[in-house]
Amino acid sequence: MNHILIIVGVLVLALTIAAGLIWVERRLLSLWQDRLGPNRVGPLGLGQVLADMIKLFFKEDWIPPFADKPVFVLAPGILVLTILLTFAIIPFGPHFYVFNSNIGILFFLGNSSLGVYSIVLGGWASNNKYSMIGAMRASAQMLTYEVFMGLSLMGVVMMADSFNLNTIVEAQKGGWFIIPQFIGFVVFFIAGVAETHRLPFDIPEAEGELVAGYHSEYSGMKFGMFFVGEYLGITLISALIATLFFGGWLGPSFLPPFVWLMIKTFFFIGIFILLRASLPRPRYDQLMTFGWKVLLPLALLNLLITGAILIFLK
Amino acid sequence: MSFSGNTIIDELALKFGGQAVLSQQLTQDKITTFWISKDYLVPILKYLKNEISGPFKMLYDLTCIDERTRTHREGQPPSDFTVVYHLTSLERNEDLRIKVPLKDNYTLPSITSVWESANWYEREVYDMFGVIFSGHPRLTRILMPKSWQGHPLRKDHHTRATEIDPFSLTDKIREDEELNLTFSPEEYGMKRQSDGSDFMFLNLGPQHPGTHGLLRLVVQLHGEDIVDIVPDIGFHHRGAEKMGERQSWHTFIPYTDRIDYLGGVMNNLAYLLSVEKLGGIEVPERASVIRIMMSELFRIASHLVWLGTFAQDLGQLSPVFYTFSDRERIFDIVSAITGARMHPAWFRIGGVAHDLPDGWEKLMQDLVNYLPKRLREFDKMIMKNRIIKARTVGIGVFTTEEAIEWGVTGAGLRATGYNWDYRKTRPYSGIDQFEFDIPLGKNGDCYDRAIIRMEEMRQSLRIIQQCINNMPAGHYKSDHALAIPPRKDKTMTDIETLITHFVGVSWGPVFPSGEAMVPIEATKGSNGYYLISDGSTSAYRARIRTPSFPHMQMLPFISKGYTIPDLLSILGAMDFVLADLDR
Repeated sequence: MNHILIIVGVLVLALTIAAGLIWVERRLLSLWQDRLGPNRVGPLGLGQVLADMIKLFFKEDWIPPFADKPVFVLAPGILVLTILLTFAIIPFGPHFYVFNSNIGILFFLGNSSLGVYSIVLGGWASNNKYSMIGAMRASAQMLTYEVFMGLSLMGVVMMADSFNLNTIVEAQKGGWFIIPQFIGFVVFFIAGVAETHRLPFDIPEAEGELVAGYHSEYSGMKFGMFFVGEYLGITLISALIATLFFGGWLGPSFLPPFVWLMIKTFFFIGIFILLRASLPRPRYDQLMTFGWKVLLPLALLNLLITGAILIFLK
Repeated sequence: MSFSGNTIIDELALKFGGQAVLSQQLTQDKITTFWISKDYLVPILKYLKNEISGPFKMLYDLTCIDERTRTHREGQPPSDFTVVYHLTSLERNEDLRIKVPLKDNYTLPSITSVWESANWYEREVYDMFGVIFSGHPRLTRILMPKSWQGHPLRKDHHTRATEIDPFSLTDKIREDEELNLTFSPEEYGMKRQSDGSDFMFLNLGPQHPGTHGLLRLVVQLHGEDIVDIVPDIGFHHRGAEKMGERQSWHTFIPYTDRIDYLGGVMNNLAYLLSVEKLGGIEVPERASVIRIMMSELFRIASHLVWLGTFAQDLGQLSPVFYTFSDRERIFDIVSAITGARMHPAWFRIGGVAHDLPDGWEKLMQDLVNYLPKRLREFDKMIMKNRIIKARTVGIGVFTTEEAIEWGVTGAGLRATGYNWDYRKTRPYSGIDQFEFDIPLGKNGDCYDRAIIRMEEMRQSLRIIQQCINNMPAGHYKSDHALAIPPRKDKTMTDIETLITHFVGVSWGPVFPSGEAMVPIEATKGSNGYYLISDGSTSAYRARIRTPSFPHMQMLPFISKGYTIPDLLSILGAMDFVLADLDR
């Protein structure tokens, strides 16, 4: 019974944060862009979230006649599903988690690889040239960034001696992993931005070039799923960064552990939005070059040094 | 025939024989104008472009005049349609206007073998006048839809929709129009496959976030690499030149505002300089300085829009808000002075609409003090950003020779390192009295074009500062009888002025017959109105030469081999406006 409550709680939490981010992002962007943003609906414009959701639900959910219908419908679901599944492994407090997995990190990496299918299939099934180019770009980008996303985490795994996120958090009681694993953090953060296709890594949708990229043909709630999927992704990556490098729910005891995790998570969500407000978009081949030629060697180097130091200390 | 005084015409007569040059024509703008027979057209143009010392390398404009209802043609060879070639020699700083008469047979040889850039111009003349250019690679309509009946700029074509039967859009018409827009690569001699793979034909526009308006580019892609581009323009065509023949000299002013709709009064200036040349009107010093000040203000406004959208094309979301809010400050001043914002239509024949309001100096000075700090911020935020540099340095490169060959003016030409600014080379409205520098680039790439515009804003601020410090006293409008509407102070006391006022306002002023064109350095390159008066209340022909047209024509040439994101950099750095392109 308790377990089911936690599952529902985490689901509601993740979806609420993701929906709330619609408002947070628009308000923060407008703050940085010298304007007000949505402030008309409800107090501080918070009702905007509700209004946007009602709009998405009631919009005509049009499937183009030239699309591959089953795949077209399936694609957005995959994205939301894989991300929501990953929330299961995140420890929100000492005993507040859905699934205490011994292969937590591998579970996350596996799910994020599956998430790529959503975009590739969605772009392919749309049968639209812009979507197709977007999907192609997405698969190339993911292929590149998945590689060292995993590698960048290996330093943390070695230091905690476990794939289990609870153990990793416990292992940071002596000090957060951000200090010894700074390179790992930088690489993981960049890979995380790429994973969620946020600016400056939004080349699969690159508004000015590809209209809306892989989801050009989507409308109504199916578009809404891509939309919410993106925010879920941001929340997930931010929560993971907080858990893996910033001690997760650890913190002084005047606040409950859960609140500490939320504070840390929202800090990184803010950074995601700030990045979007400030950076232009590189060309995809420059992105690829950066990935293979800079980040991959960096991740490997980090792995090597961490390993060497750990062996030396033993 | 012998022509006294003009060495070029004498040289041509000597080289090609007496019958090559038919006659010389004197125009108000003092541009050497002469008529040649169409048999000599291609060799003469080839000679002028390639062999003469101080060659005329740039085809500045190519247009046509329907002469069939023109009355004042003294000394001109008989002609139904006259094709006009406007050449510019940057080396000599001199222009040539060459006219070819067409009588009964409306066919003449194409000059695309001499200038590739003649391609679109000849298509436009064909589209508008039905003149056939033999040997043109693809003589089809360019601005009007394929289905259009007749040639709009012919004098027998209707001016208003009310002159024809009411139009109704049936399903059949809609389907046919959609069919007309279907792209067929074979029509353009393009292949559908390469050796190993199929090409993708991507339809960019007419509705696309990166094209800044109704522009359609059909991009032939190999992967993401651009093989070729076919620009399809004309979606924004509103018949501005035809309106110029309909409106009076005075009432055409508001239409010019909407040509380069970001340039505001800069368009008025280009038009009025030509009008005043026709009428021989001297503009008072104060009016000239006010005009310069307002034009430079609009140059900054236009460049700010460009800067924001340029950054947005490269994926940077925020600068567009900063630049637009600064542009709002400029519009606050513009509305305080003129009463309007984007399209003030504030310049008048012989001056400006009214004097500057009290306290204008403070408004202007506040802006001049405020903007440099913001420009430094933009420099840091945009121009020094490494991703922006990676996206623009070495992209869309062309050399000075290529720029001149394609008729590129403005920042595009200066980015190649060639020092050519009409404000310096052909000073107008007393701009030679001001101190300012012309920024130059080196590499001719997108980044250089952008950095030049940044610097141009600073130089414009310098000019405005000098205007504030040295605004001359005097009248804001000329006393000339053709300056419409005349100043009010005399109107109520002097019957002659009252009559002139009445006639000028009810019918419009009558300008003496003749031809004039004054090129100016507009926001996007060189803009010029080639006006022909037949001694009437409106222009007999109002040709609008805009910079965006040749720049867009060059797009396929400079984009080949780059990728789709690069195409957006190139479009962003080009700084075009669709109304300026299609008129």
